[in-house]
Amino acid sequence: MSILGDQTAMEPTVRSLLLTARLRQSPLAVAAIGFLAIVTLACIGALFVAPYDPLHQDLERVLTGPTSHNILGTDTLGRDVFSRLIYGGRRSLLSVLEGVAVVLAIGVPFGLAAGYAGGWADRLLSKFAETIMAVPALIIVLVVLAVLPRNEDAAMVTFGLLGAPAVLRVVRSATLRVREDLYIAAARVSGLTHPWIVARHVLPRVWGPVIVQASLFAAYALLFETGIAYLGLTADPAAPTWGGMVGEASTVIQRQAWLLVPSGTLIALTILAFGVLGDAIRDAAIVGESGFPTRAPANSSVTSARRRVPNGHHPNGLFDGLLRVRNLSVSVASSATPVPIVERVSFDVLAGETVGIVGESGSGKSVTALAVLRLLPHGLYTAGGQVYWKDRDLLSMSESSFAKLRGSSLAYISQEPQVSLDPAFTVGSQLVELIRHHHGVSRRLARSSAVDLLQQVELPDPDWVARAHAHELSGGMAQRVAIAFALAGRPKLLIADEPTTALDVTVQAEILGLLRRLQRETGMALVLITHNWGVIADICDRAVVMYAGQVVETSGIQDIFDRPLHPYTLGLLTAHPSLAEPRSRLSSIPGSVPTPGSWPAACRFSPRCRFATEECVTTAIPLVEVGPGRASRCIRVDQIFSKVTAG
Amino acid sequence: MLRIVINRLLLSVPLLLVVSTSTFLLEALIPGDVARTIVGPQGTQAQYLQLRHSLGLDQTLYARYQQWLSGVVHGDFGSSLFNHEPVTLLLNGRLSVTLSLVVGATLLAAICGTVLGIAGALRADVAGRAIDVLSMIGLAIPNFFLGLILVAMLAVAIPLLPATGYVPFGDSPLEWARSLVLPVITLATPGVAIVAKQTRDSMRTVLERPFIRTLTASGLSRRSVIFKHALRNAAIPVVTVLGLIFVASLGGTVLVESVFAMPGLGGLAVQATTQHDIPLIQGVAVYFTVLVVAANLLVDLAYGWLDPRVRVE
Repeated sequence: MSILGDQTAMEPTVRSLLLTARLRQSPLAVAAIGFLAIVTLACIGALFVAPYDPLHQDLERVLTGPTSHNILGTDTLGRDVFSRLIYGGRRSLLSVLEGVAVVLAIGVPFGLAAGYAGGWADRLLSKFAETIMAVPALIIVLVVLAVLPRNEDAAMVTFGLLGAPAVLRVVRSATLRVREDLYIAAARVSGLTHPWIVARHVLPRVWGPVIVQASLFAAYALLFETGIAYLGLTADPAAPTWGGMVGEASTVIQRQAWLLVPSGTLIALTILAFGVLGDAIRDAAIVGESGFPTRAPANSSVTSARRRVPNGHHPNGLFDGLLRVRNLSVSVASSATPVPIVERVSFDVLAGETVGIVGESGSGKSVTALAVLRLLPHGLYTAGGQVYWKDRDLLSMSESSFAKLRGSSLAYISQEPQVSLDPAFTVGSQLVELIRHHHGVSRRLARSSAVDLLQQVELPDPDWVARAHAHELSGGMAQRVAIAFALAGRPKLLIADEPTTALDVTVQAEILGLLRRLQRETGMALVLITHNWGVIADICDRAVVMYAGQVVETSGIQDIFDRPLHPYTLGLLTAHPSLAEPRSRLSSIPGSVPTPGSWPAACRFSPRCRFATEECVTTAIPLVEVGPGRASRCIRVDQIFSKVTAG
Repeated sequence: MLRIVINRLLLSVPLLLVVSTSTFLLEALIPGDVARTIVGPQGTQAQYLQLRHSLGLDQTLYARYQQWLSGVVHGDFGSSLFNHEPVTLLLNGRLSVTLSLVVGATLLAAICGTVLGIAGALRADVAGRAIDVLSMIGLAIPNFFLGLILVAMLAVAIPLLPATGYVPFGDSPLEWARSLVLPVITLATPGVAIVAKQTRDSMRTVLERPFIRTLTASGLSRRSVIFKHALRNAAIPVVTVLGLIFVASLGGTVLVESVFAMPGLGGLAVQATTQHDIPLIQGVAVYFTVLVVAANLLVDLAYGWLDPRVRVE
């Protein structure tokens, strides 16, 4: 999703141009740069800019506040505040420069060395950096100032030395990333010297984070410098310093609070400018990598997609099933135009039955399931359609009404069992919480039901599992626990998203057996998302075949194996080893599922279909009824399948 | 768990050694003679020689280091050059003030920052903006300036709270609390912003993790999912940040104690610096480092509590 595409492939000059262009688009960054430029120029040209001598006293006019003579007022000795600020800035900015110079002079080379060399040098430098970072910097600088009174240069150099490890670590990790790139490896193999490679190829690529760090460190350095100046530890008491001026103002805070304002505000604004600049550079450098905006675009009302209902097998008559999905569409809220990833998917689930949703990766099976459960991840949103639970529309009901159905009507298990358990709590405590939530029983009763549930999902040592954390369980055990979680509310429908994909083959069969047994015992319906026809054949009553975000075929299980009515289904079946004819050549569908946004206009399967004709790539293909309880999204269904399946 | 503690304590040995040695070496290696600096241009040669002797500057560097280090190990940092009191006694007398401030600031940052951060994760628009503004202000306004603004507003303009000073807890718990309000707020403000940002980011990441989906789909209430399960997992990086805030607040006391005239270690450090009281400032440095080590140890223990994987290893 990166707008920049592969940043690493770009020339450094192109990158820096892009960076500059993006910085220019950020008003805050422009303001920060402008402010710093004005302050710096004013301080350099203090002789011409300052209206008064910063040391000139006028005891007739002390603490005047802003007047036409002294735009920022005068201090306790009648000195012009504005002039003192301009002269005072010279020392502060010079100190910032010293600090940043030391930080970069130490942090960059050692960071490059640690990241590029790796091994023991890296470990040693990293450990050392970690130790130094734990040292309270201000105190060490005070030790320096105790030994070298009023020596601000020494203070700033020390501060820079203590700040260098932070930069070292940033440069190191940036270098580590670059080092693994192919062209660096190629440069090494081709015999270029290490210093040359680092200077020519690595340094330009770590420059971005270095600038960010330099800018942020400048903010800290100024914070620090004004701090020690405030304490009166640096300059001659008469000489103007920003921090010192705040200190002077504090002595007359009871008489005139205004005097705090000019110096304090200037310090805060300058620190802010350095900080904003650093943040802006960082944001500009990583823009586009963070993914999607949080909200759906305004034109995506749920009703907008309500058009033709290309679904044959449940007309508007009475529905006695559990779940009825109608024209469900899901889109990615990308910045420009929303990209659909599931389009007008419809299917039904009757009480107690098992429906398999099948298709290759990227066909939109899991997203469909998550949309039904209202659990779409950040950046995806339901763009249209309805999902009825019995006769209530799940998508339009309030979150609190829907929450009552979660777990007790619909439940869910995912394909990654281990990460779907909270790692911080024991299995038992999570299960007890779920049971108590659903059934309002006492803690003791819930604890024994939890162990019962764990026993029910055929875990060999339920007492031990209840005390265990997620990381102590194997994949198969974790999936059983996840099933127990799902069963805690005694749901009518369990949606299982590839529940066996991540598991060993023997464990897969056990989990499927368990699901079948539980279904038999509890009478719940099951929606099983899978790409495995063996699983479909084993346990499903009906199958919904999905391709590129659409349903391409729905059928009863016996029919679909006997006589598939879509070229994609046919392709999947002949590609499946256990279902292919003995001694026949195992075929595979050429090509791969097109990614959302690049779907062909007419039949989405046409580029991979060996039966495709001209018509298939020009007209939109509806899902049409092709038999009792069967539908197919293929206009050539009659011509193709009379021949193929007969043979 | 015990191993984590032992490990951390072993790791702190080099840190303490680095700090103590560098403070010692700074004094010894920096060009110019400390005794000369302290005596000043007005001092007589006899005063200078006497000071050199009492500082031990007439001995070899190694002998002095050995002597100093063995003292430090036994909790003896020598005597203040200024009033000749034992450094350890001076430091211990002021430890409680600094600890009150730093612990108070860290707690305030933890509580306010977490609340704000959760709000920011759930409601990106309002609370999110508030966090951004607060972190800009909190990080840009130097604490000495912020402290003075608070004094000008809440002690001078509207005299609600004492402007300066510290009342020991034993004298009056209420006055003790009142004397801490402004300095603790001053010290905690950047911390609140940092904790809020970290909590927000970390909550957002955790809320996208699969187990949140499983627990939600299984029917747990949103309140429990967010405040129990998500927060517990999101707290791990926040605890790291709290450790850093403790350390930063410790450094911050140097300025804040000066602003509010609090008799703590930070103020003592400034006083020692202006008076060139080398043994005293060295003592403060070692105390601060010990506090840093203690904070890191607490962070490690918190990890062990929050993350069961750490407990096992």
